[in-house]
Amino acid sequence: MPTLRDIKRRIRSIENTQQITRAMEMVAAARLRKAQSRVEAARPYGLKMQQMLESLAVAAAGLHHPLFEERKVKTTLLVVFSSDRGLAGSYNSNMIRNSVRYLRQAPPGSVRLGIIGKKANEYFKRRSYPIDFAITDLGGKVDLTRTRRLALDITEKFYRGDVDEVKLLYTRFVSMVSYRSTLERFLPIEKPAGADDKAVTDYIFEPDAEKIFTSLVPRYCVTKILQAMLESFASEHGSRMIAMGNATRNAKEMIDNLTLLRNKMRQASITKELIDIVTGAEALK
Amino acid sequence: MFKLSVVTPERVVFEQSARSIIAPGSEGYLGILTDHAPLITALIPGKLSVTDDASQTQDFALSGGFLEVANNVVTILADAIERASEIDIERARRSEARARERLSHRSDPAIDVARAEGSLARALNRIRLAE
Repeated sequence: MPTLRDIKRRIRSIENTQQITRAMEMVAAARLRKAQSRVEAARPYGLKMQQMLESLAVAAAGLHHPLFEERKVKTTLLVVFSSDRGLAGSYNSNMIRNSVRYLRQAPPGSVRLGIIGKKANEYFKRRSYPIDFAITDLGGKVDLTRTRRLALDITEKFYRGDVDEVKLLYTRFVSMVSYRSTLERFLPIEKPAGADDKAVTDYIFEPDAEKIFTSLVPRYCVTKILQAMLESFASEHGSRMIAMGNATRNAKEMIDNLTLLRNKMRQASITKELIDIVTGAEALK
Repeated sequence: MFKLSVVTPERVVFEQSARSIIAPGSEGYLGILTDHAPLITALIPGKLSVTDDASQTQDFALSGGFLEVANNVVTILADAIERASEIDIERARRSEARARERLSHRSDPAIDVARAEGSLARALNRIRLAE
């Protein structure tokens, strides 16, 4: 049975925790707003790029590019987007669970991992999975130059034949409260469907479709990676905000219950003392 | 009059109506007026001039990208773009020096000559426009 003092001490300790979680919630909310507006600002470019790629594919059906080349898949590079910091609810554990599930169903030894974020890196390093590269110092910030470099490195691995397929596992930011783990093939690039008769415009290409195509494709790759990164980071901040919001609420509930208990106990001890005094007084009569 | 929208990988820079633009195409500068034929072209580092419906012309430093014209909508997918008045000239000078430094050792296999040349072209373009 805890004493009155124990309970007071616990209440104080929970209040301290609550202050921290509330502050973290607020920070995450501010970051989320920024990250969300960046995701939304980046979408038009990706969309337009996709459209151009389709227009090009329609106009010049015979286009070839090494990044479209389907090879027999011996090695897959799975790029996992996790976060550097924890306390983001189920964000990292979901990512890790989904990548483990992917690794289990794939033929053993055929998957190499590319890791973004400390959390996934710690997990997979400890269990000695084959890690191809790990980026653990982004700190939830998206840097265009580094993203370009990363996209270049990944495509380079594909060119060289180190890997025959690249997949991205990231969290798509659907809305403030909804995030979806997404597994997407990055390389080889899916042949754009295009050929949608109604939308076909008869474009003039300058210098020619093939040259434009060659310079468009690397940019397309950068956009893809950038998009995955922006989506993931927005989801991270969102998950953290929700997790910390819940923690703050739980703390409040615990404090309420403990306060009630404390008041009851105080009341009980007062009653007990009163009874003692009254019985003492009675005995003296 | 046509609609012009300029987007970079990071954001929509602007959307406005324009009377004409002059853009640095990979085959030379090209002008676009209303009712231009559908066109897709690559852009190289250079000056983008936009004349709006009040006949005011503004210059931008463009670092390459793509341009699409369709049905009086012009879309520019820019790698990076700055208003001529907003160029950080110090930064441009620094990257010019860096690129020249790298190009002076062009025989070194560790140096990506194409990238250094690209970065030099972008830096020179920014400096030219800022001045």
